[in-house]
Amino acid sequence: MTNKNSLTQKSMSLYPAKTKMQVTIIFFVVLGIYIFSMYKTQEQMVGGFSGALGNMYVVIEKFFPPNFAILSAIWNSMLETIKMAIIATSIAGILTVPLAVLSAQNITTFKPLYYLTRTLLNLLRTIPDLVLAVIFVGLFGVGIFPGILALTVFSLGILAKLISETIESVDMNPLEAMRASGGNVFQVIWYSLVPQVAPQFTSLVLYVFEINIRASVVLGMVGAGGIGLVLNQQLKFYNYPNAMTIIIVIFATVLIIEFISNKLREALL
Amino acid sequence: MEKLQLPPKPEKSLFKKVRTIVILLLVVALYVWTFTTINIDWSRAIERSINNFHRVIPKLLSPDWAAAGDVGAAMLETVFIAFAGSLMAAVLAVPLSFLAAQNMMGGKVTSTIGKWILSAIRAFPDLILAILFVVAVGPNAFAGVLAIAIGSTGMLGKMFSEIIESIDMEVVQAMEANGANKIQILFYGVIPQITPEFLSYAIYRFEVDIRASSILGIVGAGGIGTMVIFASSNRNWNEMGMILFSIIIVVTVIDFASARIRRKIV
Repeated sequence: MTNKNSLTQKSMSLYPAKTKMQVTIIFFVVLGIYIFSMYKTQEQMVGGFSGALGNMYVVIEKFFPPNFAILSAIWNSMLETIKMAIIATSIAGILTVPLAVLSAQNITTFKPLYYLTRTLLNLLRTIPDLVLAVIFVGLFGVGIFPGILALTVFSLGILAKLISETIESVDMNPLEAMRASGGNVFQVIWYSLVPQVAPQFTSLVLYVFEINIRASVVLGMVGAGGIGLVLNQQLKFYNYPNAMTIIIVIFATVLIIEFISNKLREALL
Repeated sequence: MEKLQLPPKPEKSLFKKVRTIVILLLVVALYVWTFTTINIDWSRAIERSINNFHRVIPKLLSPDWAAAGDVGAAMLETVFIAFAGSLMAAVLAVPLSFLAAQNMMGGKVTSTIGKWILSAIRAFPDLILAILFVVAVGPNAFAGVLAIAIGSTGMLGKMFSEIIESIDMEVVQAMEANGANKIQILFYGVIPQITPEFLSYAIYRFEVDIRASSILGIVGAGGIGTMVIFASSNRNWNEMGMILFSIIIVVTVIDFASARIRRKIV
């Protein structure tokens, strides 16, 4: 009986003491950085929280009721945004193919080339869409052309990375079999890599298309065309009911496009 | 010698054929519509680019080192915003993800409600959230923290709930059969299974949030975005070069560190 008791009382820990110690230290470090960040970010706050919810309520109230009368006027900009996203996604989808193949470790066996494309893509991906848009607007002036360029470069980085990861996870047996029976590089890629990657590729392109629709809101803010431009103008004129209508239209468009691309993805995979 | 023959290709059903053709036609129609109705002012774009090229690109490549201090401070603020925001989101996402996971809170109803809440949050672009929070707490970095926190909660909650749905339920069932109560099952059966992946996704989200919080400045929510807007409206491309440089450095370092940490955790 005593034996049994001592067993239960010395309830064994799931983890060794060293891990516990490490986890505790990491926890406190993270907490420390968090508190410091909170302190730093609230430094310039003047009002404090007292009025926060009230302010928010007052402002949100200004957004209502949305002014649906402008629906016909903003319709064209929304379509423009969709067109921008379509063109940018398509161009990125085409350009991404060679880049993704070159940055997949299992296809590009020539190491320096692999590291070169990989580093290039990583650099490309670090640049936020806003900065790209600002630079292209500075180069080409206000309009949809810089917007399309910014979206293309932005989505190229994401797409090439995702697709190269897909390529790296394919079944290598068919590829080796083809190589063994004398297929050249292009034959191997076309007949054994493409069929394996195609469904994923389409799914990822659709995903990037969704991202592009969202990103075009940001782009419009700096003059790169589309619905974001109109939203920015309305917000600058404090025309909140109009802005609300635009927000609702964007919201609905994103949901519809997400729905369609989900359906397409289910059909593909 | 017998002639080698390829096996016949499998017949596709009529429905599938028709469906493929319809989808193809729709895609072609979409492209035709896009390219015929889009209206790009080529002459102006080309003229502008010829005029601006030497004013922008060389300056972009020669960063203004004098601005390094200011840019560094703003970049640090961006990192703080992202850190505080993604940690808040990681904490907020946990209860929501348990609500949305089908194998936790029982019935389909709660799971559907949870999923709806999460996708409603996800549908709001970060920038719109930032606009709302800027009016609530004023134009400062904390508005950015709140925008990042709410914006990331939607995505993290979805990821977390998918992780919870993929756990090994046999462990949970075995504990139930042994008479463990809900709390015990949670702490000994569920949490050890989900912790590594939760952490991995939370750290990954921090990476994404660094990029996201560098944008929020355009609506006044702090961080490096404010400087991007100032530099672009003053056409100060040297400073823009410095900003770009610092973003590239910081994002690369954090991506690298987070990849290392995540590889260790999982």
